[in-house]
Amino acid sequence: MNSTERSTSSAVPRFVETEFVRKKQRAEWIARGFFAFMAASIVVPLLLILGYIIVHGAPAISWEFLTENPRSGGAKGGIWAAIVGTIYIVAISLAVSAPIGVLAAVYLNEYAKENWFNRVVNLAVVNLAGVPSIVHGLFGVGAFVYFANFNQGRKSILAAALTLAVMTLPVIIASTKEALAAVPRSFREACWNVGATRWQTIWKIVLPNSISGILTGVILQVSRTAGETAPVMLTGVATWKSLQDSGWFLYHPIKDQCMALSMHLYYVATQANNVPEAVPYAIATVLVGLVLLVNATAIGFRVYLRSRKKW
Amino acid sequence: MSDDSQFCITTRDLSLWYAKFQALKQVNLNIRQGLITSLIGPSGCGKTTLLRCFNRVNERCGYVTTTGEIRILDKNIYDPDVSLISLRKAIGMVFQRPNPLPISVYENVVFGLRIHSEGGVKKSELDAAVEVALTEVGLWTDLKDRLNDKAVGLQLEQQQKLCIARLLPLKPEIILMDEPCSALDVDGTRAIEELMFSLKGRYTMVIVTHNMMQARRSSDECIFMLMGEVVEHSRTEELFLTPKNAKTAEYIEGRYG
Ligand SMILES: Nc1ncnc2c1ncn2[C@@H]1O[C@H](COP(=O)(O)OP(=O)(O)OP(=O)(O)O)[C@@H](O)[C@H]1O
Ligand SMILES: [Mg+2]
Repeated sequence: MNSTERSTSSAVPRFVETEFVRKKQRAEWIARGFFAFMAASIVVPLLLILGYIIVHGAPAISWEFLTENPRSGGAKGGIWAAIVGTIYIVAISLAVSAPIGVLAAVYLNEYAKENWFNRVVNLAVVNLAGVPSIVHGLFGVGAFVYFANFNQGRKSILAAALTLAVMTLPVIIASTKEALAAVPRSFREACWNVGATRWQTIWKIVLPNSISGILTGVILQVSRTAGETAPVMLTGVATWKSLQDSGWFLYHPIKDQCMALSMHLYYVATQANNVPEAVPYAIATVLVGLVLLVNATAIGFRVYLRSRKKW
Repeated sequence: MSDDSQFCITTRDLSLWYAKFQALKQVNLNIRQGLITSLIGPSGCGKTTLLRCFNRVNERCGYVTTTGEIRILDKNIYDPDVSLISLRKAIGMVFQRPNPLPISVYENVVFGLRIHSEGGVKKSELDAAVEVALTEVGLWTDLKDRLNDKAVGLQLEQQQKLCIARLLPLKPEIILMDEPCSALDVDGTRAIEELMFSLKGRYTMVIVTHNMMQARRSSDECIFMLMGEVVEHSRTEELFLTPKNAKTAEYIEGRYG
């Protein structure tokens, strides 16, 4: 009754597209297209970079290039010594920074109350993350090469790894805190309310449900540590080492300096003579390839862990 | 104070501040043992806050200050020798949104036993505890073949029952419920109310609700709160039929909410 009354009384057509609506609609399309274009544009540099280095580097990449040590000042041979050096540095630095970072983050996120001490710690984390890497390098020279003095005042792999560990620590803390914070508070409350201690809550509920996020954050630091040049150059990486053997145990982690992909790339691209043009690109390809490999593993692992957890 | 023993929870001049904001003002209450006491009042009047005082979870926020006294079973829970862990073991809490842990149904029920046992409990004991607790909340027939399913995949009503079942193996004295039915439909609400009824006598229950009918149906005593103060506390029929305070009368007539 009521409804028939209403529809007859309105002479104006309803629900139609007026000029004003059309105008708004156009603005909407333009805005949307513009934003989409910007989003798409970030893919372009990535593809260009990857494409460029791979196209230029691929001709130089061969089994021998990957598995032989460099000879003749980088002009001949391969890059095995640099690959192993990078792996050493990255592995040692993460072995140090991951446990410290994760445990510190657990403290900050699960235990810490709002007080001056924790505010100072949080402030330190944020600011440490903002220190340029060359400054970390300089700190590493003072702290690990001279003060800790692992290798009679000379550079060493350990010093370089520790320098990078200090550098990645704040990022690992931040990403771990984020992963922990993603675990719903209601789970923790459920635990506390049956009288679980914080530690029981963390061990039984929080960590199992955040481990994929934590690991992803840690593994993403591989790319950062693998690519750093300045800090390791100051603390533990040599531009050149003449090595005879070619196994996995090329270096002593404390008594030796090593070669590294990032440094070797810089060296052959700018300092060495008679280096085939493709070699720097090939090194870059290997470096990026290694990092992507590790990231892909991390993503696969994360997908696997995700598929097992549900809430 | 001759019949103190029949009170399970007593508060004396309990006040609580969130930083500068006073959420509870001089609350004096005597909550009877073995009964269901409902806590009603408009949004933001401090019902949840009061409930969370009883197992001292409010203190998790660093900026909370509490003054006054809360005696539970004649023990001041702010005494220095009170262990929060034992306190919370004795006082279970059920939340508005069912919050089963992201583990199996079985593990949810035995979670409390596991964390409170020194060096592990026998499998047979755990099995027995699961059967008893799930039977008590009326889930055993439905779930006995699905004990290893993830608890978060259950229906909401089952989840809420499971959250109650999770408390029972610890033999709590008190069960606090903060709007336990507000995420449930009519049938779920009825089921939880029936469950509360069947648990009555063995446990002292305090239930926060926005649903006046529910308070009326399910509780023996009723507390009306307003702006952090207790306005009226009496037997439920009395409070609804012959409220002493004009504010209470207005609230239960639905003039504000
Ligand atoms: N963690 C907190 N920090 C600061 N203020 C809070 C906190 N929790 C509650 N409050 C404030 O304390 C007052 C009481 O809140 P409380 O949650 O106890 O009310 P309530 O009666 O349970 O309300 P509702 O019916 O909406 O659940 C509110 O004004 C609220 O804003
Ligand atoms: Mg509330």
